[in-house]
Amino acid sequence: MNFLVNLGLGLLFGTGLVVAGMADPAKVLNFLDLFGTWDPSLAFVMGGAAVTAFVGYRLVLRRKAPLASPTFHLPTATAIDARILIGPAIFGVGWGLGGFCPGPALTAITLGAPGTLAFVPAMLAGMFAARLIGTGAYRPGKPSFAR
Amino acid sequence: MTTDFTPWASLAGGVMIGLSAVLLLAWEGRIAGISGIASRLLPPYQDRSFGSRAGFVLGLVLAPLLYLAVTGHEVVQSVSSNLLLMGVAGLVVGFGSVWGNGCTSGHGVCGLARLSSRSLVATLTFMATAIATVFLIRHMGA
Repeated sequence: MNFLVNLGLGLLFGTGLVVAGMADPAKVLNFLDLFGTWDPSLAFVMGGAAVTAFVGYRLVLRRKAPLASPTFHLPTATAIDARILIGPAIFGVGWGLGGFCPGPALTAITLGAPGTLAFVPAMLAGMFAARLIGTGAYRPGKPSFAR
Repeated sequence: MTTDFTPWASLAGGVMIGLSAVLLLAWEGRIAGISGIASRLLPPYQDRSFGSRAGFVLGLVLAPLLYLAVTGHEVVQSVSSNLLLMGVAGLVVGFGSVWGNGCTSGHGVCGLARLSSRSLVATLTFMATAIATVFLIRHMGA
């Protein structure tokens, strides 16, 4: 059941990425190219998504628990430490190089571009490395950070 | 290469993404952060949510096929054919997003929606380095 619900939510999320134009790295790179062929479209993607989530999260969090789990699994970290600067700084460089962040890269797999098929396995290897080094999201004995 | 400014389509797509995030919180109480969901498909496993994460990622992967079936339009895309560049970019994106506990979705959408100051710092940081990277490549000949 969880599998099927998540399949539906992944389809909704992925279709949103496609409709929004985010599955196209050219559009993403143009969004990031403020001083060249700037395409501000992606500000509307992030704005639309964040505002929708802002309103919806408030409605959902009025409940004591989610429908299919005994508790909410929200991130608990609040410290502005080195990792919250270094990780995103590294991520941003890769985003600017390839025009893919993780969601659109996964969504683009079935479109079969060679660049995508080079990007995704390397991305998974990078994720695995970060978790193994242990400075990433995985910390034994701590609550799961469901990002 | 220029791309068309598509405010309405992008807004609609954004609302779909936000709705997916809201429903995931309502269903399983989790944040729709793609780097977290995808990276936890790999070992070591901390919980029993593998099936959920596999479902979500499969949905992401199948979405362009659903889009084609519903609209009859192929998804337009332009990906660099420089495989070394794309491989390096993928490695950096994967490492950085997990190291920083989130990517565009986890920090940029869900974190900002939760008014998390950590996510605001993360989002401003990756936007800045991404813009700087594109600037160096396109305008400084890096």
